[in-house]
Amino acid sequence: MTPDRYQSIANSPLGASVDGRGEFAALVFDASGIDDSARLRALYDFFHPLMRSLRRSGRVLVLAGVPEAAGGPRAATAQRAIEGFVRSVAKEIGRNGSTAQLVRAAEGAEGAMESTLRFLLSARSAFVDGQAVRIEAVGSEDVAVPEDWDRPLAGRIAAVTGAARGIGEAIAETLAGQGAEVLCIDVPAAGEDLSEVANRVGGTSLALDITDARAPDRLAEHIRQRHGRVDVFVHNAGITRDKTLARMAPEAWDAVLDVNLSSQERIDDALLGGGLLGAGGRLVSVSSVSGIAGNRGQSNYATSKAGVIGMVAALAPAMRERGATVNAVAPGFIETAMTAAMPVAAREAGRRTSSLVQGGQPVDVAETIAWLASPASSGVNGNVVRVCGQALIGA
Amino acid sequence: MRRADGRRAAILGGNRIPFARRDREYSRASNQDMLTAALDGLISRFGLQGQRLGEVAAGGVLKRSRDFNLARECVLGSALSPETPAYDVQQACGTGLETTIHVANKIALGQIESGIAGGVDTTSDAPIEINDDLRRLLLELNRARSTSARLALLGRVRPGQLVPAIPRNEEPRTGLSMGEHQAISTQRWGIARAEQDELAVESHQRLVAAYERGFFEDLVTPFLGLERDGNLRPDASIEKLAQLDPVFGNGAEATMTAGNSTPLTDGASAVLLASDEWAAEHSLPVLAHLVDAETGAVDFVHGDDGLLTAPLYAVPRLLDRNGLSLQDFDFYEIHEAFASQILMTLKAWEDRAFCAERLGLDEPLGSIEREKLNVNGSSLAAGHPFGATGGRIVATLAKLLFERGSGHGLISICAAGGQGVAAILERDA
Ligand SMILES: NC(=O)c1ccc[n+]([C@@H]2O[C@H](COP(=O)([O-])OP(=O)(O)OC[C@H]3O[C@@H](n4cnc5c(N)ncnc54)[C@H](O)[C@@H]3O)[C@@H](O)[C@H]2O)c1
Repeated sequence: MTPDRYQSIANSPLGASVDGRGEFAALVFDASGIDDSARLRALYDFFHPLMRSLRRSGRVLVLAGVPEAAGGPRAATAQRAIEGFVRSVAKEIGRNGSTAQLVRAAEGAEGAMESTLRFLLSARSAFVDGQAVRIEAVGSEDVAVPEDWDRPLAGRIAAVTGAARGIGEAIAETLAGQGAEVLCIDVPAAGEDLSEVANRVGGTSLALDITDARAPDRLAEHIRQRHGRVDVFVHNAGITRDKTLARMAPEAWDAVLDVNLSSQERIDDALLGGGLLGAGGRLVSVSSVSGIAGNRGQSNYATSKAGVIGMVAALAPAMRERGATVNAVAPGFIETAMTAAMPVAAREAGRRTSSLVQGGQPVDVAETIAWLASPASSGVNGNVVRVCGQALIGA
Repeated sequence: MRRADGRRAAILGGNRIPFARRDREYSRASNQDMLTAALDGLISRFGLQGQRLGEVAAGGVLKRSRDFNLARECVLGSALSPETPAYDVQQACGTGLETTIHVANKIALGQIESGIAGGVDTTSDAPIEINDDLRRLLLELNRARSTSARLALLGRVRPGQLVPAIPRNEEPRTGLSMGEHQAISTQRWGIARAEQDELAVESHQRLVAAYERGFFEDLVTPFLGLERDGNLRPDASIEKLAQLDPVFGNGAEATMTAGNSTPLTDGASAVLLASDEWAAEHSLPVLAHLVDAETGAVDFVHGDDGLLTAPLYAVPRLLDRNGLSLQDFDFYEIHEAFASQILMTLKAWEDRAFCAERLGLDEPLGSIEREKLNVNGSSLAAGHPFGATGGRIVATLAKLLFERGSGHGLISICAAGGQGVAAILERDA
């Protein structure tokens, strides 16, 4: 990013604007030059005097480098240390609805940062907190700067599984709102809601059980015939069948693993093998905080969601080679039909045990996915971004 | 249906809501609710939101007077552009096929590029007419100018007039219900009970199998919690059907039961048609084309023909005009109003005397391979919301031809009033 572009963000209403009363909407600090633990003091020096001046729902953003690439153990140590600082700041400011994030940009990634900075500094990232996002170096030809930052997905074709309700419905709405033509997919039994969502977002509906053996072929064929390609594919469909392992029926294991993980692998094979998701393509999977932390009664679910994280890591290098990306979001407690059905105590605990002390909304997950899906986010690859308000579990 | 330059109408797909038995899942749904749902499901599959189509033609048999502009009202309530014109058609059980023919003809003529044909019926939310005497009295009341005149008129209301006239499924000119009419034909053609039950069981089995293999995933959209046709009985068996008492016909000769006759049903269907060019512009694959159609009618009131025998005449005329024989088809979709109606139809076309005397043919039309007949089941299993059956059949046959890759299909639907509608679909190799 050029210095004047930084400047433009800093001067925008979302940026570090000073309103005359010494209050700041955002505090942005470039820590990438810190190459020794002794110089970490710079963090203290910058933030300490400003901490009381951050507005409600403010944003703290620290830019850093990639520790593994930092020339030598001391630099790497210092760069790694920054993470502890950011996560703690996030915990201190969360009650005000404010968030803190770390962006680790690789050498040469400067030109690919704008979509990420815009997202993390805006209200769109409201439930993303205490996260470290990595940005890879990409050629300038791979960075698509949208004509309209409110509609970065204009002209893009996006597919969303599990789009009939809940988080998937919000993803379809958000992607369509940002300009995408959305193919909404859900099981035939959810067809009535699915049609309603597709008509509302001006997209199309496809009734398909993703675990069906024919699903990858049918989906690939449908995409080929109707659109010729897909630019964004969001694996959102997911189920839970909770029971402690000793009580779990084999069907509960099989169903969860198939919907949440194996079917996604088969579909990815069909899309990538069929050349349907090419340069500029974006694969986004919905994992879960349970996949990071594990959860009692969710050995099947957490296995599948950890598998999704593994899938993202494993696919990332190949996606980079095609000029595409793969990432995952890991929602925490999101207010949906799924969480509304939880026992009251567990539900309240779920809401309160995060830095932001509340549950997230489906749109929070959707906005995060839209950022990852943006043509301007070509440098964001292989990331797992939690949308959990910095939940305590698995942190 | 084909212009000299070869232009013809393509069938791109269809959508229906599952059919429900009367007074069940859709008991509170109106014709407008159901047809709008069928349209919106179609619109979402094909991304037609906000588009102005050439026209929407649809209709229902049991319609309330406020639904005079039913199709248009449904368009206005749907996601289509409100600039899409619409009109109602009513041709009894032939409605859904007749609307398809209307839209297809306009497309073939080049008057429109795209359109939706559909149909709907509710037997639950049926119109109720007030007693005719009471109706006249109320009209007079409306014309009365003074309060005293109104009071005098109201004083003339008698309790008996308050009993509503509920429409019955009967022929106005004979007073016989459709089933009673068909019972006469069944007896005349000697259609045995066992044969009828067998056909009914097969219809259920085939419809279940079609659902199981996912055939209807892109043809049916659930509605009000119903995911499959409510009449469908996966466990239907000859033994079970054999236990049912006859409901039409008299005495020992009565063979028609609730099991081998279609039940009263609620539902709606819609079919998307377009020119090949429009389909290509919208990247929508063509399932099949409509080749030709023929509508017929018989004099069942004074003549010798049964109420549901019009297709016996319409189909041979259609075949003749297209230079086809009855055996030239890969699929036959004959609407199962009653199992005996189908069996009678097949028997008549095989019958040398009937074909010679009534159709004027030297040779009988011959038989149909039963494996090609209603391969995914038909109305006995799915049910038969009068206006919606045509759309169900057109979309089903078009998809069957698409799956097969090429071939011809024949549709035949008998209708009240001694009418029948037939059509030929084809898919080029
Ligand atoms: N709600 C939360 O708090 C939360 C937290 C973490 C992760 N998630 C994940 O987010 C995703 C969406 O969750 P939600 O809360 O919206 O759930 P939901 O149950 O409301 O929606 C899931 C949708 O997926 C569809 N689906 C299920 N199996 C399918 C299949 N085989 N083929 C096609 N579609 C299928 C369902 O019909 C449903 O419409 C899931 O992957 C879930 O694991 C949710």
